Amino acid sequence: MIDVRNLTKRYGLQAAVDNLSFDVRPGAVTGFLGPNGSGKSTTMRLLLGLDIADSGAARINGRAYHELAWPMREVGASLEVRAFHPGRTARAHLQALAASNAIASARVEEVLEMVGLSSVAGKRAGTFSLGMAQRLGLAGALLGDPQVLLLDEPVNGLDPDGIRWIRNLLKELAAQGRTVLVSSHLISEMAITAEHLIVIGGGRLLAETTVAELAARSGSLEQAFFELTSGSVEYAGALSGKVF
Amino acid sequence: MATMTAMPVTTATPPRDGYRFGNVARMEWIKLRSLRSTWWTLAFAAAGAVGIGTAVGVETKGTSGDLTNNVLSGVALGLLVTGVLGALVMSSEYGSGLIRTTLTAIPNRRLLLAAKAATFCAVALVIGELASFLSFAAGSIAITARHLTGPSLTDPAVVRAVLLAGVGYLLIGLMGMGIGAIVRHSSAAVGVLVGVVYVLGQVIGGVFSAAMGYVPISLVANSMSTVKRLPHAPDPWVGLAVLSFYAAIVLGVGGWLLTRRDA
Repeated sequence: MIDVRNLTKRYGLQAAVDNLSFDVRPGAVTGFLGPNGSGKSTTMRLLLGLDIADSGAARINGRAYHELAWPMREVGASLEVRAFHPGRTARAHLQALAASNAIASARVEEVLEMVGLSSVAGKRAGTFSLGMAQRLGLAGALLGDPQVLLLDEPVNGLDPDGIRWIRNLLKELAAQGRTVLVSSHLISEMAITAEHLIVIGGGRLLAETTVAELAARSGSLEQAFFELTSGSVEYAGALSGKVF
Repeated sequence: MATMTAMPVTTATPPRDGYRFGNVARMEWIKLRSLRSTWWTLAFAAAGAVGIGTAVGVETKGTSGDLTNNVLSGVALGLLVTGVLGALVMSSEYGSGLIRTTLTAIPNRRLLLAAKAATFCAVALVIGELASFLSFAAGSIAITARHLTGPSLTDPAVVRAVLLAGVGYLLIGLMGMGIGAIVRHSSAAVGVLVGVVYVLGQVIGGVFSAAMGYVPISLVANSMSTVKRLPHAPDPWVGLAVLSFYAAIVLGVGGWLLTRRDA
């Protein structure tokens, strides 16, 4: 369970996230959708306590991120594609993370197997392709067997086979009763992967809906998304909160 | 492709209510030992110590000067490299984006920095003492080979000089870490470290000669590692205190910024 309440984050005068509120419930993949620069990554960083909010709250299971006892056992996150030291092997990277949250090192081998990196676990991560780097990030997120997953653009750089694999993985994780929030700027990808949708633009909430509901609004899902987000740009000053 | 149907539960109930210093230190130790630069630093420090220590020993003409301090010149190369390693320990996390992974694992930034610093201190101290004793041994052997009487570890002042030369690695390394936390960019951090520890110190020392003995590198070279006190340099223990103070200030500022800035 994720709840974001009146969250605001400014960089200088520009509000990257502007009085944003939404909930993400367990049991379904929730797509976090918006054009580039709409505030998706900033919201995720605020949820993880990496950036400090100017006002409002971002809670996971009712608590701020820094209040979690064993963060990796509660939340799995993958924000950037290459958030590892290029000189360290995939295995050492994961072993270091596992140690921080008292996770058994056998679990490192399990997640490596799960994401298909076992055969290259001893290679320096800097030599990895974009797709392999994504898988390593995902392995880190899964390390603590967390109930909540936050993934920023996880299909970037994956080949079609990898995309289908991650799509099924996310659905399976959600079906196990986990909370899964996946950001994307691709409505087509979210249409297949997600059930719920949170659409933001200019740091504000444009819609909190389901894929089925959004598709029913216009001729197509894509059309509905464009109408929604173009509105946010044109009437950014006039609209507030849930306009739909 | 592997599926998730049976996610194995090797992550059973954690032992305690929340992560502690020991967990973070273990993470940082795995990080340090799994990087080539750590081992390169060790190799450079050892090679420099033996090489320079021997060269100084061979060049010794008489026994009137501070032979201990002379043969400890061998610590210089490793000292610089360890300072650079300290800077990289922080700045490389920012360069790669690893800092954000680290902070999602351990959101308590103060605890993170404390464990990171403690782990690095332990490694830097081992490298420093190794370099210091190697330099001393290599230099002493070379002096003896010239049929001169070299310094002996039976003299407490000599032991103190050798030990404190090794401690210098730890303190210069911590200054590097602090600079890395402040600057957050590897090449800039290394530049600032060299600038502050070596160049700026020499400039200030050149202008105010009374301050010369108090620049970081001089505190190691002319105070902490001496047996015979030099005219404008502080006493070895005062030197240790002053350099510790510098390291604490720089690391303190780095830590203060770490807790307040967006990562």
